[in-house]
Amino acid sequence: MRRNLILGAALSAVFVVAAAVSFFWTPFDHTALDIPNKLRTPYAAHLLGTDHFGRDILSMIMVGARTSIAVALVAVGIGMGLGVPLGLWAAARQGTLVDELIMRGNDLVFAFPSLVIAILITAIFGAGAINAIIAIGIFNIPVFARITRGAALSLWQREFIMAARVAGKNATRISVEHILPNVTNLLIVQGTIQFSLGILAEAGLSYVGLGAQPPTPSWGRMLADAQTLVSVAPHLALIPGFAIILTVLGLNLMGDGLRDYLDPRLRVSRA
Amino acid sequence: MLRYTLKRLLSLVISLAVASIVIFVVIEVAPGDPASFMLGMNAQPETLAALRSELGLDASKPERYLTWVTGMLSGDFGTSYTYRTPVSQMIGDRLWISLPLALYALALSTLVAFPAGIYAASRRGQAGDIGVMGATQLGVAVPNFWFAMMLVLIFAINLRWFAAGGFVGWDQGFWAGLHALTLPAIALALPQAAILARVMRSSLLDVLGEDFMRTARAKGLTARQALWRHGLRNALIPVLTIIGLQFSFLLAGSIIIEQVFYLPGLGRLVFQSISARDLIVVESVVMLLVFSVIVVNFLVDLAYAAVDPRLRSRA
Amino acid sequence: MTLLEINQLSLSIQSYPVLHDVSLSVAEGEIVAITGESGSGKSMTAFAVMQLLPKGAHTDGWIALAGQDITGLSEADLCQMRGNDMGMVFQEPMTALNPVQTIGAQVAETIRIHEPQVSLAQAEDRAAQTLARVGLPQDRFPLSRFPHELSGGQRQRVVIAMAIALRPRLLIADEPTTALDVTTQAQILDLLKSLVQEDGMGLLIITHDLAVVADMADRIVVMRKGEIVEQGATGDLLRDMRHPYTRMLFAASSHEVTLPAAPAPLPLLEVRNITRDYRLPRKTPFGPPGSFRAVDDVSFTLQRGERLGLVGESGCGKSTLTRAILGLEQVQNGSITLDGEPVFTGNQPNLVVRRKMQVVFQDPFGSFNPRHRVARLITEPFHLLQDPPTGAARTHAVAEALEAVGLSATDGDKYIHEFSGGQRQRIAIARALIIRPELIIFDEAVSALDVSVRAQILDLLAELCRDYDLTYLFISHDLSVVRSVTDRVLVMKSGQIVEQGPTREVFENPQHIYTQTLIAAAPVLPDIGVPA
Repeated sequence: MRRNLILGAALSAVFVVAAAVSFFWTPFDHTALDIPNKLRTPYAAHLLGTDHFGRDILSMIMVGARTSIAVALVAVGIGMGLGVPLGLWAAARQGTLVDELIMRGNDLVFAFPSLVIAILITAIFGAGAINAIIAIGIFNIPVFARITRGAALSLWQREFIMAARVAGKNATRISVEHILPNVTNLLIVQGTIQFSLGILAEAGLSYVGLGAQPPTPSWGRMLADAQTLVSVAPHLALIPGFAIILTVLGLNLMGDGLRDYLDPRLRVSRA
Repeated sequence: MLRYTLKRLLSLVISLAVASIVIFVVIEVAPGDPASFMLGMNAQPETLAALRSELGLDASKPERYLTWVTGMLSGDFGTSYTYRTPVSQMIGDRLWISLPLALYALALSTLVAFPAGIYAASRRGQAGDIGVMGATQLGVAVPNFWFAMMLVLIFAINLRWFAAGGFVGWDQGFWAGLHALTLPAIALALPQAAILARVMRSSLLDVLGEDFMRTARAKGLTARQALWRHGLRNALIPVLTIIGLQFSFLLAGSIIIEQVFYLPGLGRLVFQSISARDLIVVESVVMLLVFSVIVVNFLVDLAYAAVDPRLRSRA
Repeated sequence: MTLLEINQLSLSIQSYPVLHDVSLSVAEGEIVAITGESGSGKSMTAFAVMQLLPKGAHTDGWIALAGQDITGLSEADLCQMRGNDMGMVFQEPMTALNPVQTIGAQVAETIRIHEPQVSLAQAEDRAAQTLARVGLPQDRFPLSRFPHELSGGQRQRVVIAMAIALRPRLLIADEPTTALDVTTQAQILDLLKSLVQEDGMGLLIITHDLAVVADMADRIVVMRKGEIVEQGATGDLLRDMRHPYTRMLFAASSHEVTLPAAPAPLPLLEVRNITRDYRLPRKTPFGPPGSFRAVDDVSFTLQRGERLGLVGESGCGKSTLTRAILGLEQVQNGSITLDGEPVFTGNQPNLVVRRKMQVVFQDPFGSFNPRHRVARLITEPFHLLQDPPTGAARTHAVAEALEAVGLSATDGDKYIHEFSGGQRQRIAIARALIIRPELIIFDEAVSALDVSVRAQILDLLAELCRDYDLTYLFISHDLSVVRSVTDRVLVMKSGQIVEQGPTREVFENPQHIYTQTLIAAAPVLPDIGVPA
């Protein structure tokens, strides 16, 4: 199972590095038009070919990785930043009104898929990458709140938490000192999964025009542009598609690998 | 059972009420006055006022909320700002595409995922399991709208088995309609099937480790009999949760997939309405989506109780 | 006639040896008990007989049932045999039944799977008879009941019904009463005995409880680390134990410690008329919520230097009472004071009182945060002090506490997973001792330990009583342990204290009918006079 972790991390790393490098260098300016060389399939000068304006696809993919990763990462940050404390709080006050309100609030947010949130936000503020971040981020909150609460609840039943209570520690301190460190593995794994879902969601939102707006390049919009040309130039659709698939696959493999690697029960049985 | 149903029903009603308030408030915050947007910059104050009162925009906010909600309860969703036609009629037409599409996809994904998950679980660690798991890993990673484009490229443009887009309408017959929705439904179902198969597998594997499975084997059941008679129903409980969650993804996903296939469903309606700032339509479609998600989750809760007797007698 | 014969059975799981050269036999109508501590391979022997072994298991030697070697049989033949020729009863009745099927369907399934020609109605009829036979008559326990509607003992009866529905020749019972209360245990053991007599079945019972073994078995097999160390007819073996391990096991089971005399009475903990109710879900949607009285008007006084026991079966309210004393849970009525100070002031636990109390829990694996080192774990109670020791004083305190419980000062740098169950319980005691509390509560603190380890912990306790003048409240369901380490005992039932008095008196001359039942139900080791 270590194989998954390494393969996944390597795949994800390729795109992270591509995104990082794109800040300093891309083969071409990703906005530079080259009409005479439009719609070229991959060849020596343009390693991944050119689009209908003759723009270099490799450069667009590199800069697009930046958008995807930034949106998904910030969305995971929002989800964790708000969801984890809410989950810890709900678990510490299990069965009380606070717990009930947090959980019902979660259910309510779950009724608004991130696309619906994006539609609402777009209706108010207009489209943009920030929309995508907020929409995906909001949807991530209940995900993290739920899994944190679930794991924390079973920890609260454990005797070492009782021992800490007997030692006079209050719920906040126990949550930070004992509960949080014991749920981090779970959060890392879930974080990777939400990260990959975020990349998919961002692509979807950009594809329907609710995400990143021109000139910010994004994989989803590249696909939207490719749609009408798919029969004449399939590579316009194939390349961004593969970029998304490989990134998501890499993150998911990494998540699975991490789950196995971090699970102490599995580690003991392996030893 | 009655107690359980009533309790779930109460929570359904509260969720709907809160969701409608949230949607109403969000749309209210949206900048711009629909009336002046409709009449343009140079509208006369009198005509503006007349239109505002015709649209009911001059009432106080709580009043307008109540009008909106009571209207919806009686099937009246208001009048579209741009088309001046009843919103309910606009939605009704589109719903006949989006809803069948989501249900078709749900059926497909369940039909594929259950056997795949059961097969993988019963061959844990063997080649069949590894194959299925690899395929689902890929299925989860493929964006459905991209997959849809590939389906169009292969089956519509190259093989010409299906139309590349558009919808013939149900008046052409049930099968014709279903045929037109097949590619979109497959595209929509793929990632969900992959997720569901994974959940089915892991849930079954969890159940296979339970004590009562050992008891069943000690009675003389074969591994296969034990899996079918005792494993499956217990494994279904977490799977139901995922199916419920998936319905909301399918509805949302269908909005995106409609774009690929140029299907005149709710998705197209929403995007047109956003660009026309026809907020009452946006508001109603969003409410409808949220409504269906909440109702489906209610049904899932009832299904839980049907599967698990412990829920029936408890809270 | 020999029914089951195991000959030179060796078993390895993924090349890790589990059993070595195990040979034993069970005759028709005979009860054979396999006993031993955890890791002895006694349960694996049972599963090997059923041929229900985990993946990667490899066996040598043979197992014959009625003269036929079953190790070479096909899976299909084995399925024919399981449930028909041999049945099995498991340790954990709460999880051994399928939660989503009725008990009738589960018992009838045994019949239908082996006799497919039997109609469903006939199978249900026979299931009803079998359930009645194990003490679940149809008028009170219809076939349509679900497992969650039954108590642990009742569920174990259903499991037994499934196992004996086809009157198998061999019944295997793997720790059948370990998860049950003593009174229930006595009933289940009686049921098993009578079934063996009526049907002439062979019974192979696996248990760690030597008192049960001595009480039930015709023959005893003692195992350790996958090998049989000694076996023989019960009477012979008890009279003449050859192997030192057998002697050690029996000695540890009846281990008694000598406590120093308690000082003159001076009240420390005073519990006055406390009551704790829990709300239950409403029975009808709009009716008033029900309530359950977990602790009902309980009063007692614990004297300084006294060792007080609290016994009772599961659900009697002893856990709630413990939590209330520890200030983890508020009571609705009454008062709890330590040294005259209330455990709760207002709605806040009183820190002054908390400082004087510590607790040792049951589970040696769950009572420590796996991510901290031992030194940090045992100094957690320092949080209660206004001026906790730091630097060298702290290191000294850690070393002192660890050494007091028989560990070394260097153990403070290790993580908890590096220790065995018994060592962890020592660490738990060190954690309780470190702030020198006035009162320590032992909550089932030796219940999860093997007998030999338990004896060592009890010795440690007696030693600490001498060195530290401990005052403690010892909560346990195990009467023999309470008898040995307490001066006075409280007996609790349904939230009330039904009897209290000096331990010796209560045990020798119980007044309350419940105490009498409890003591009568507890299986006793015959006095065999082995040297400790």
